[in-house]
Amino acid sequence: MSTELVDRVDSPVNYLNATSGWKSWLFTTDHKRIAVLYLISITVFFGLGGLFATLMRLELTTPQGDLFTSDTYNKLFTMHGIVMIFFFLIPSIPATLGNFLIPMMVGARDLAFPKINLLSWYLYIIGGIFALTAIVMGGVDTGWTFYTPYSTTYSNTFVMPAVVGVFIAGFSSILTGLNFIVTVHKMRAPGLTWGRLPLFVWSMYATSLIQVLGTPVVAITLALVGLERLFHVGIFDPAIGGDPILFQHMFWFYSHPAVYIMILPGMGVISELVGCFSRKRPFGYSFIAGSSLAIAVLGFLVWGHHMFVTGQSMYASMVFSFLSFLVAVPSAIKVFNWTATMYRGSVVYSTPMLYAFGFIGLFTIGGLTGLMLATLAVDVHVTRTYFVVAHFHYVMVGGMVFAYLGGLHFWWPKITGRMYPEAWARFAALVTFVGFNLTFGPQFMLGYLGMPRRYHAYAPEFQPLNVLSSAGASILAVGYAIPFIYFLWSLKYGEKAGNNPWGAKGLEWETTSPPPTFNFDHTPTVTGPAYDYDNREKEEGGEIG
Amino acid sequence: MNHKVVPVRTYLLIWAILICATFTTLGIAFLDLGPWNIVVALMIAFTKMSLVVLFFMHVKQQNNLTRLFVVAGFLFLGILIALAMSDYGTRNWLTPGRMW
Amino acid sequence: MADLDTTIEGHPPFLQHHFDDLHQQLDSSTLGMWVFLLTEIMFFGGMFGAYTIYRTMYPGAFASTSRYMEPVLGGINTAVLICSSLTMALAVRYAQIGKRKLIRIFLILTMIFGIAFIGVKFSEYYMHWKEHLVPWMDFQYPEHPEFFHQAQILFCFYFFMTGFHALHMFVGLGLLTWLLIKNERMSFGSEYYTPVEITGLYWHFVDIVWIFLFPLLYLIGANK
Repeated sequence: MSTELVDRVDSPVNYLNATSGWKSWLFTTDHKRIAVLYLISITVFFGLGGLFATLMRLELTTPQGDLFTSDTYNKLFTMHGIVMIFFFLIPSIPATLGNFLIPMMVGARDLAFPKINLLSWYLYIIGGIFALTAIVMGGVDTGWTFYTPYSTTYSNTFVMPAVVGVFIAGFSSILTGLNFIVTVHKMRAPGLTWGRLPLFVWSMYATSLIQVLGTPVVAITLALVGLERLFHVGIFDPAIGGDPILFQHMFWFYSHPAVYIMILPGMGVISELVGCFSRKRPFGYSFIAGSSLAIAVLGFLVWGHHMFVTGQSMYASMVFSFLSFLVAVPSAIKVFNWTATMYRGSVVYSTPMLYAFGFIGLFTIGGLTGLMLATLAVDVHVTRTYFVVAHFHYVMVGGMVFAYLGGLHFWWPKITGRMYPEAWARFAALVTFVGFNLTFGPQFMLGYLGMPRRYHAYAPEFQPLNVLSSAGASILAVGYAIPFIYFLWSLKYGEKAGNNPWGAKGLEWETTSPPPTFNFDHTPTVTGPAYDYDNREKEEGGEIG
Repeated sequence: MNHKVVPVRTYLLIWAILICATFTTLGIAFLDLGPWNIVVALMIAFTKMSLVVLFFMHVKQQNNLTRLFVVAGFLFLGILIALAMSDYGTRNWLTPGRMW
Repeated sequence: MADLDTTIEGHPPFLQHHFDDLHQQLDSSTLGMWVFLLTEIMFFGGMFGAYTIYRTMYPGAFASTSRYMEPVLGGINTAVLICSSLTMALAVRYAQIGKRKLIRIFLILTMIFGIAFIGVKFSEYYMHWKEHLVPWMDFQYPEHPEFFHQAQILFCFYFFMTGFHALHMFVGLGLLTWLLIKNERMSFGSEYYTPVEITGLYWHFVDIVWIFLFPLLYLIGANK
């Protein structure tokens, strides 16, 4: 057992209690505290997005539009999308787990630019306030996609504060990505070569590249929308010479890579979880690392698959369709590698591993249906139906949210110094899994049968599947509520965690739980590869190399 | 890694080239070269940009990482413009003879 | 330079705590600014891309707009910015060798050139406004009424692109002011000249954006 990196084993002084008072939190530059600030903020937005989803599913339990008017329903799905995508999914793992772990995983005392990290959180909050303003003042009904000319000319809802909010939140995302890129390049501990980095860091690096390259384009696109609304000029208005398809090209140039911003961190988490809970080095390390970069690059070449039915040239559509098939390959490589890691491993069915299992299965379903959507001839029929809705919820919720929950459970003892109650956690994971599939599985069928999306009313023959979906949503809500409760409970009553309750490999497990403010008392030196697991029972602590 | 101190003469030389290139580009614009006007103008602009990047921004002295990031920026911008243009350029291919 | 290898124990005042030494700090800050400039390439590039598409879509309207641009004014402005880049590069050079007075002189010269640029730009804006070419202020296009809407879109892009560029110039002037103040309060030198270096990178980038804006907006159609 080695504690050479930390002088005091059960130190009472850690980043949580080193200083106190609201100023020490709101003006902190400690990446771990900023991660906690983000954790609280995105949880609030997740709740808000979930509230909108609840209202939508209530409406959709009956075929008639009886709970809300169509205008109100339009606002609900718009705000559900905006909140969930820009204020929950995009920041989620990067801003919480990424912020918390990356400096530790590379053996640094903090990120490269701690003040910019804090600025990033403030920008997120300011963007969130603008979005909340739009919601409270009466809502936006353009869809989270802000298609023109409805968003620029014809909508009478609060589009301006919404686009301003997303614009500002975009800069938060850019700054986070910038920080991670420079940190990974310049602040690795001695001996920590690229080939020894944890796979979570590789994923976060690839994510950061996308954030930095793609987000500015949506920023300028939304700025043009705002300027058009403000000055009543016709950049995207076809009646006066504008081109609404140009908006879509520019919007999806970011928004497709954005989905890889959302999923790559989740994949990074899964690589860590599967390695630890199979007690095995992840199979095909270099392929997993390389596929993260491949997804980042290829993800920029496929955006036209959101525009197959808009009037885009058929030849361009064929090119985009082909390229979209290509981008599935690196994702599949990851799934094969995780599976191969588990083969002949000593699998432990802890809660994080349960979420990882869920991810692998559900992401595969989501990914395969994505291939179906990439097929031009199929997409023409199922686009704008619930098939698409089901597809992206399988990858975003079944994939990303499951990875987030798995990661949260895995690193909770490190972040808080407390363990959550394992029995309740496993139960919640199962409830979430059942609820999720019941909610979104029927939606594949609904879409295939022709039920359009973004409609508050539907043909009566779709009702049974919709009732199943709404029932599933209520179970899913319970699955989310249980961890919320026991995580809060664990802060006071949870069992105190040691440095390395899972026997995992990684620099973050070499320091105390919770870590001290500067992470390590002595900068570590790395002398061996990552994931030096063998198949013995879990041990406490452990050296690298 | 320390930046070597660039001699003042080098900066003045680059400045002179940039000024000349500016007046050249201005002069050529008044000639009628048909579609080549824009090509020549952009080529001169690229050259000017390269000089600023290599000398004023010290990229000539720097390692490959910085160059990689600069190239990457233009590469992805190129992807945006090229793939979007591929849509506009091929929309009317089903109607022979028309581009737009 | 031995000073740049000072570790955290023998801690120079301008070394931030999370860095191991001044090398790492300079390297990281420089890379950070380059990554930020990368985002700016994509930001401006998005606008350039949209502008290029509209220009290709409406060649007639575009050709008709060229008579309202003053290539000579644009050329002068380009030269002004190139001079400001020279003075900025010299300011960075003198920061590298720690000559406070020369740093001050060249920072001020850079700002003067920057302000001159903005002055010329705003006088052009004023002329355009008087000719009713500002899209949201009583836009009129009597010479070619058939191109009214398309010309309006193209002028939108002209004002947005040069407007965002001017905004970045203002930010640059703010950064230069901050540097001037910092220069009075501390000694830049070979140990530490990072803020001057990265401000220089930003300023040169804004110059480069203009190097592309100039031919695209001013020069095409100048021969007609």
